[in-house]
Amino acid sequence: MSNILIIAEHLNGQLNQSTAKCVSCASKIVGAQIDVLVLADDPAPIAAQVAAIAGVAKVKTIAHAANAQAMAAIYTPQILAVAAGYTHVFGPSTTFGKDLMPRIAAKLGVSQVSDVMAVDDAYTFRRPIYAGNAIVTVKAPSDQIVVATVRTASFPAAGGGGRAAVEALAVHTELPTHTRFVGLQQGGGDRPDLQTARIVVSGGRALGSADNFKLIYDTADKLKAGVGASRAAVDAGYAPNDMQVGQTGKIIAPELYVAVGISGAIQHLTGIKDAGTIVAINKDGEAPIFEVADIGLVADLFKALPELMAAV
Amino acid sequence: MKILVGLKRVVDYTVRVQVKPDGSGVAIDGVKMSVNPFDEIALEEALRLREAGKATEVIVVSIGPALAMQQLDTGLAMGANRGILVKSDAPVQPLTAARVLQKLVEKEQPGLVILGKQAIDDDANQTGQMLAALLDRPQATFASKIEVNSNTARVTREVDVGLETIEVDLPAVITVDLRLNTPRFIKLPDIVKAKSKPRETLELAALGIDSGDHLQSTHFAPPPKRQKGVMVKDVPELVAALKTKGLL
Repeated sequence: MSNILIIAEHLNGQLNQSTAKCVSCASKIVGAQIDVLVLADDPAPIAAQVAAIAGVAKVKTIAHAANAQAMAAIYTPQILAVAAGYTHVFGPSTTFGKDLMPRIAAKLGVSQVSDVMAVDDAYTFRRPIYAGNAIVTVKAPSDQIVVATVRTASFPAAGGGGRAAVEALAVHTELPTHTRFVGLQQGGGDRPDLQTARIVVSGGRALGSADNFKLIYDTADKLKAGVGASRAAVDAGYAPNDMQVGQTGKIIAPELYVAVGISGAIQHLTGIKDAGTIVAINKDGEAPIFEVADIGLVADLFKALPELMAAV
Repeated sequence: MKILVGLKRVVDYTVRVQVKPDGSGVAIDGVKMSVNPFDEIALEEALRLREAGKATEVIVVSIGPALAMQQLDTGLAMGANRGILVKSDAPVQPLTAARVLQKLVEKEQPGLVILGKQAIDDDANQTGQMLAALLDRPQATFASKIEVNSNTARVTREVDVGLETIEVDLPAVITVDLRLNTPRFIKLPDIVKAKSKPRETLELAALGIDSGDHLQSTHFAPPPKRQKGVMVKDVPELVAALKTKGLL
């Protein structure tokens, strides 16, 4: 039987939805027992959120001042102490999990399966390679612990209503001091988070300037949407880095994705292909974005967006 | 201080790879090969640190077939001091790559190892973190800014919620993101000058490491295609279509 340990992702006392998506991925393994480990300076409020996720058997917590920020080098020895006895250790394929999980895998002497997008069985997974141009099926050895990151856009968040027990663990190992947190500069503000928003409006190079990009923010606010940007728009300085959607940025799966003035380079399309409905607004009717859009509108965005805002 | 930089030979980013019809792999025979773009950014940063007097020597390493010497040539023409090719005809997985780099780090004792955050072929995003783990050294992944002081480095990292800054003791492993810098162009005289730079070839099999190639790739498939959608003629039609779908 599979015993799966998921490492919870959280910030400022709030559990990240990526954890419930990892639970959903883990539950694809038949008969699995799913436990979640919360490392924090004050894990109790986060543990309560985890305990409510349907499908979680047990929540384990480690409280330590050094866990106030998620640092891979500091988390790793604590996770290793808990991982013994599990057949699988999963984390989300967010920057948190991408940073952390390979460190755990190397310490365990095993390979890592990155970006799991589908589970065939307990040791067989599918994952994207070549910026999503190919999907490879990989088999991990069944006599080793499986360390994997879960591509969050590929799984729905597991539901609520769970009542898992919470167990507090103590740290018995010395934690490294060679890595120190200095600061975190958060973008975003009051808008819905790009990775969890139901609707996302993204702008591309056709916006032409950072000033014009305001039109994207305004449209997003009107639709109560998160804001994204193409790599071209980010590179041109119209939008900050953390808004970039695509293979090298964020991979998202909103119910509605509105691509405005985005031509649709393959690396951008990789980031949105799990979206429910894709709308493309672009002046160039030949733009590749129309190949994947569910609804396409060939129009000047500077006319279409004000009209759209007026109509909703 | 020495800096060690990894340069992976990968299919050029402009090539759109196709899956072989029998699902046995991707068709990459005869396609253009290049240095992994993230690795070029890693090398550029190492060269800038040397030019700023923070480092004395930049060593480029590639793990791959004999032809990966071409990628080392590129790195040497960009300005690296010397190159090491660890020869392996079969592609290696990240844990093996990390074990190879660990051997080289033990021998060369660099103050910094700078790697790309991921290779654009397997998109694994693991090697730097694994190397740091094997060495029990700090890691600073997804760097968009690096400041090296005497015994520490302050690194700004691109994380999902914004920009995180951490300080790490040296030696350390840093992996780089896209926006750290723009790699320099190579000029013809640089290529000529690079011809006389030292190149060393080691056989992976002779390094005495356990293979970490644990994962077996059993099948390759093209990504699922989205159905082509409908075109609307104006904004009112668009709004109506979204309302029909219950999205507005």
